[in-house]
Amino acid sequence: MARNTPTGPPPPPPVQKLRLRYTKRGRLRFTSHRDIARAFERALRRAQVPMAYSAGFSPHPKISWVGAAPTGVASEAEYVEISVAERVDLDRLRAALDESLPAGIDITEVVEAPVGSSLPDRIEASAWSILLPGVPLDAALQAVNAFLTSESVVVERLMKDGKRQMDARAAVVAMSASATDGDRSCATLDVVVRHVTPAVRPDDVLSGLRIVADLAPPMPPQATRLAQGPLTESGEVGDPLAPDRLSADGPTRAAADLEQEAAGAPS
Amino acid sequence: MPVESLFPRLEPLLPTVQKPIQYVGGELNSHVKDWDSCDVRWAIMYPDAYEVGLPNQGVMILYEVLNEQPGVLAERTYSVWPDLAEKMRAAGVPQFTVDGHRPVRAFDVLGISFSTELGYTNMLEALDLAGIPLHAKDRDESHPIVLAGGHAAFNPEPIADFLDAAVLGDGEQAVLEMTAVLRQAKLDGVDREETLLRLARAGGVYVPRFYDTEYLPDGRIARVVPNRPDVPFRVHKRTVMDLDEWPYPKQPLVPLAETVHERMSVEIFRGCTRGCRFCQAGMITRPVRERSLTGIGDMVKAGLDATGYEEVGLLSLSSADHSEIGAVAKGLADRYEGTQTSLSLPSTRVDAFNIDLAQEISRNGRRSGLTFAPEGGSERLRKVINKMVSKDDLVNTVTTAYGAGWRQVKLYFMVGLPTETDEDVLEIAEMARDVIRAGRSITGTRDVRCTVSIGGFVPKPHTPFQWASQLDHETTDRRLKLLRDAINSDRSTAKAIGYRYHDGKPGIVEGLLSRGDRRVGPVIEQVWRDGGKFDGWSEHFSYDRWMTAAEKAGVDVAWYTTREREESEVLPWDHLDSGLDKEWLWSDWQDALAEQDLDDCRWIPCFDCGVCPQMGTDIQIGPTGKTLLPLTVVKNPLGVA
Repeated sequence: MARNTPTGPPPPPPVQKLRLRYTKRGRLRFTSHRDIARAFERALRRAQVPMAYSAGFSPHPKISWVGAAPTGVASEAEYVEISVAERVDLDRLRAALDESLPAGIDITEVVEAPVGSSLPDRIEASAWSILLPGVPLDAALQAVNAFLTSESVVVERLMKDGKRQMDARAAVVAMSASATDGDRSCATLDVVVRHVTPAVRPDDVLSGLRIVADLAPPMPPQATRLAQGPLTESGEVGDPLAPDRLSADGPTRAAADLEQEAAGAPS
Repeated sequence: MPVESLFPRLEPLLPTVQKPIQYVGGELNSHVKDWDSCDVRWAIMYPDAYEVGLPNQGVMILYEVLNEQPGVLAERTYSVWPDLAEKMRAAGVPQFTVDGHRPVRAFDVLGISFSTELGYTNMLEALDLAGIPLHAKDRDESHPIVLAGGHAAFNPEPIADFLDAAVLGDGEQAVLEMTAVLRQAKLDGVDREETLLRLARAGGVYVPRFYDTEYLPDGRIARVVPNRPDVPFRVHKRTVMDLDEWPYPKQPLVPLAETVHERMSVEIFRGCTRGCRFCQAGMITRPVRERSLTGIGDMVKAGLDATGYEEVGLLSLSSADHSEIGAVAKGLADRYEGTQTSLSLPSTRVDAFNIDLAQEISRNGRRSGLTFAPEGGSERLRKVINKMVSKDDLVNTVTTAYGAGWRQVKLYFMVGLPTETDEDVLEIAEMARDVIRAGRSITGTRDVRCTVSIGGFVPKPHTPFQWASQLDHETTDRRLKLLRDAINSDRSTAKAIGYRYHDGKPGIVEGLLSRGDRRVGPVIEQVWRDGGKFDGWSEHFSYDRWMTAAEKAGVDVAWYTTREREESEVLPWDHLDSGLDKEWLWSDWQDALAEQDLDDCRWIPCFDCGVCPQMGTDIQIGPTGKTLLPLTVVKNPLGVA
């Protein structure tokens, strides 16, 4: 057997690319991104999704991940792209895959990706909701005010290659605090954070609040990503799949226009 | 009494611990049954980290066998890492199951599966975290029955003080019979003593408290005798016959967390009669019982459908020895062609047949390295251990593998085998060099590699080497260094040979625990009190902690490890019957010393090891002559309607 050529025919080419929005809810927030990736690959097989594979000695299903919420953080808006070797019905795929995934990783939407469009290019910012058990609203409001009025808030995070510093303030587009379900003894933070490198995570924002206002939650905070996508001019996070849905409805419109529209540009 | 989930109290501790997902449960194919509608409740523990314990087949099988029964509930628990254990103690959260997050203390039985003795300190840690007294004598009716199973249960004497019972041999039928005994005992409202007595009479269950050990003045055991008239003198192991009737796990657990084996496994036979004299597993699981070709095919299909795994492992102690392995490999490779499903077959055979098989197995999927296990460095030593393969055979086989396209092979050996000399070990280097030279010659490239992987030999109970002197760790380390220098001394091949080994100290502790008696119990307890746990992990293991504890307990480690035993000595496990005749084991030990090999009873007449007549069993092997039919495949069930 020759060494550098796998025997057998090459795998069939992709015929359809799909974008999936999924959640990471409840206890499943403790999964790491690698855990999710493995669970996804197995669920795709159980659901008999006709995946397209890469060629070579170690064929891999064609899956591309778009960002990923950190371990311990919940999300209502995660995205992944998959390519299939035979065309599938979007609703049937959504239902079958959702059924095969653990409860908590729920597929909330599937759209077909138009040729040549890029999902990662549409992801500019995330909207986070951070529940702060044991933190009164007044303390939270004070901390938010101190944070927003600071020019920069440098925080440190321990990474694999040592400690890194980043400006949490510069990445924050908007931040507000409110009472959780009307309970003023438990604040919820709403934050819009721009995606920068290195990434500023909810943890880093909380470190920032500790630095500027000595805010130290007595119980572990619970962060949930509510949305990620293009940043509108008014500082909100748009829907990154909107251009794909539009293109399915009206295939005559140019993809570039749609991208602009999603980004909130005046048409 | 309702038992509530501990999860709300555990959850706040999880954000700051390593890999929190391992404590969350919710694996595909796991169950949480209603507590109050069950009357017998088992907590099953694998006493190591979740990533090691989750894929354990024994735990998975018993979990499913028990949960299939109406009125019976089984949940799993694993060792928690020190970071979470510390937080649990501070917050008053006890040892929990990952299924229902119920307190282990609330179950009827805590069954612990010991693949290795190095899990003993983890058992004590779990008992303590669970709020269960460490010593069996301090427990009352409100505590679970603490039960050991697995290979280490064939000599549970070192942990006898901590155990209520140990079950010997195959667990599938045993757990069901024990469940029936426990159910009746609860109905009758009998006390703990009576419950244990009923278990001891049920067969296959050893209750240490019903046996006393008497010692000779020189420290050897005089005898082990029942201290009451109604328990058996010897406890016989359990043996499941007809594996096709026990196709477990049917619904293998699929974790979210990453574990050491990311594949689905099918046990293609149980037992082994190759007769490698060092191998406890091969000795205590006799006779050979094969799963049939069609039984294997059905299990693979059901398991893949239930899990979505892309790799299937065909497991056993020597998988290439299945009487229809060729048809199994070809049948499965045909069935799953074009589905990106790969097969793996751990095999230790060193012959050309193995290469053909490996070709078939890797046809559909990824081609991993090939492993060969000559075990002993010299031909003389391989006669001692009864692993009959000549150096020429090995070099020819590995050369064939290189010629067939493999570029990486692994050679597995042991150091510290009985009668071993420095010269025996140095022959390993010579073998590795010959392999590389032959590989370069047949492939015409220098791009061939082999890895020499060394394990330290530890003499085990119920083997012909149970009388042997274990090699001291200083000599082990010296031989390992000699071998490394020998491999490095030839500069033309040194870079192509990888060398992996562990130092000799952990083997001495394993040896103490393997062949120890009840006097070793206090050492284990002291080690745990001094902070010892996760002894199978080099970053947690401390040899000094073990030696200090042994000294404190007045236990002479060398007496238990490096001392050779005589024929007449009463061994701590003599009252536990693995089926093997002690006289046969002794004669096989004498044959080993005389460098006499012995063939496999699958192919020659019975050589009277004792198991089949003693246990009323027989070898069960094929061929069945059947073939695997292609599967009916629905093409793209998600296609556009």
